[in-house]
Amino acid sequence: MRTQESHPIDVGAVREDFPILERKVGGDIETPGEGPDDTRPLVYLDNAATTQTPKPVVESIVDYYYGYNSNVHRGIHHLSQEASVAYEAAHDRVADFIGANGREEIVFTKNTTESLNLVAYAWGLAELGPGDTVVLTEMEHHASLVTWQQIAKKTGASVEYIRVDDDGYLDMDHAAELIDDSTAMVSVVHVSNTLGTVAPVADLADLAHEQDAYIFVDGAQSVPTRPVDVEEIDADFLAFSGHKMLGPTGIGVLYGKEHILESVQPYLYGGEMIRSVTYEDSTWEDLPWKFEAGTPVIAQGIALHAAIDYLDEIGMDRVQAHEELLAEYAYDELTAFDDIEIYGPPGDDRGGLVAFNLDGVHAHDLSSILNDHGVAIRAGDHCTQPLHDKLGVPASTRASFYIYNETSEIDALVDAVDDARQLFA
Amino acid sequence: MGMGSDMYRQQILDHYKNPRNKGEMSEPDFSHTGENPSCGDTITVNVRLEDDGETIEYVTFTGDGCAISQASASMLSEKLRGLTLSELDAMDTDDVTEMLGVDISPMRIKCAVLARQVAQDGAKIYDGDIDIDETTTED
Repeated sequence: MRTQESHPIDVGAVREDFPILERKVGGDIETPGEGPDDTRPLVYLDNAATTQTPKPVVESIVDYYYGYNSNVHRGIHHLSQEASVAYEAAHDRVADFIGANGREEIVFTKNTTESLNLVAYAWGLAELGPGDTVVLTEMEHHASLVTWQQIAKKTGASVEYIRVDDDGYLDMDHAAELIDDSTAMVSVVHVSNTLGTVAPVADLADLAHEQDAYIFVDGAQSVPTRPVDVEEIDADFLAFSGHKMLGPTGIGVLYGKEHILESVQPYLYGGEMIRSVTYEDSTWEDLPWKFEAGTPVIAQGIALHAAIDYLDEIGMDRVQAHEELLAEYAYDELTAFDDIEIYGPPGDDRGGLVAFNLDGVHAHDLSSILNDHGVAIRAGDHCTQPLHDKLGVPASTRASFYIYNETSEIDALVDAVDDARQLFA
Repeated sequence: MGMGSDMYRQQILDHYKNPRNKGEMSEPDFSHTGENPSCGDTITVNVRLEDDGETIEYVTFTGDGCAISQASASMLSEKLRGLTLSELDAMDTDDVTEMLGVDISPMRIKCAVLARQVAQDGAKIYDGDIDIDETTTED
């Protein structure tokens, strides 16, 4: 009998806000939603891919569409004013959540990937050239790696990668070597979605700023799981996605220091982002609207506000403690087996995810068998193909945790892994 | 021991653990390699033809990957013996799932059909119907 750890979060109470966690799976997949053939209780451990959505967040979307759906910033009518006020307040709420100075520094995008592309195209194409380097890490997500790689090809700049050592940590001596006077941008993932490594982003920011380079922090896995303060880490840019922190899909955030965003030209052109237009020329709206062309993500922004309220009610310190407890528990339970290899730092020093392989069973076979147990995990390269090449494996199986997970679900994972072990023995 | 998986019936596991016709071939009439980059499944199919240049005499394969992709290659190597290249060309996804004898979940179809795709592309290149650049599998 395993001992039940006490969770920093009242998981039972939290789970009541997530109806989807009650559903069963395993039957017909043609018709979405629970059907008569769905018999296995869902064990949802794919939170690094996307998190589930609590009632207050869904209700904020319903309230918007039933109560004050309208386009923003252009109508003088009542509904448009309500929507505009709520949409702008969402920017303020995000700014407050990450310690930014105000809405001028908060651009709503589609997702983390678009936030990265915005800076890579709008800033990178204009500023980078031969002789410039962009410094990444070997554990970069494709969102950053592919984007900077392509921008480098277009501009003649080069891309360099900070080594990840055998324990899954960034080699900071190597970072200090790479970041030199040719460096224009240091773009780093804050919490690796594969290794669970927490990068020392404040130290990397110091290295970047000593060379007058900018630092872009990919916060897709960090902002949802721990307190992140842009002033504390001195990030010039920070990006994250709403759907990984209880919000809806279709909204991402780009934080940028105001004076930098002021100096960058728009990425997308169109309505909403202009001040005045003639047949000959146009001028731009103030921040952040000059980066939000067209009808923006109104419902999603309002829902992200609700998601942040929900997380703050729990407290990001406790979210982090809960993540760390589950990560350590999973690490300990899985490392008890000789035939399981876990990638990244030790259990007591990682973000809330564990990527591993079971010897002799391909990650896709393992995930199919886990699925038969109702256990939802991710198998593949997790958009870190070069890192998997470095690890010498084509794919891995990743369990990732959030505020509604409990240690008993990790026990279910371990039992399901054991079933795969027996099947393939 | 739990419920096991519908996808991992004995036949699949048997072909995965004890693959048939796995190995190199000296002087094949054609060989072709393909992969699913996202999962790392790789298959090389080697084919020897009868003197008519049309009937498949013998097939071997080498590769790495998940049980579905490797079992599928093993079963295909048996199934193709005696078929003609045009019969190979006519094989569709349903023929592959029928051969495997299990329901393949949509996300795993790519694994199941890799060996067939590699064999078809290899045959088309052999016939001069397509260039290697036009294949969905890469050499």
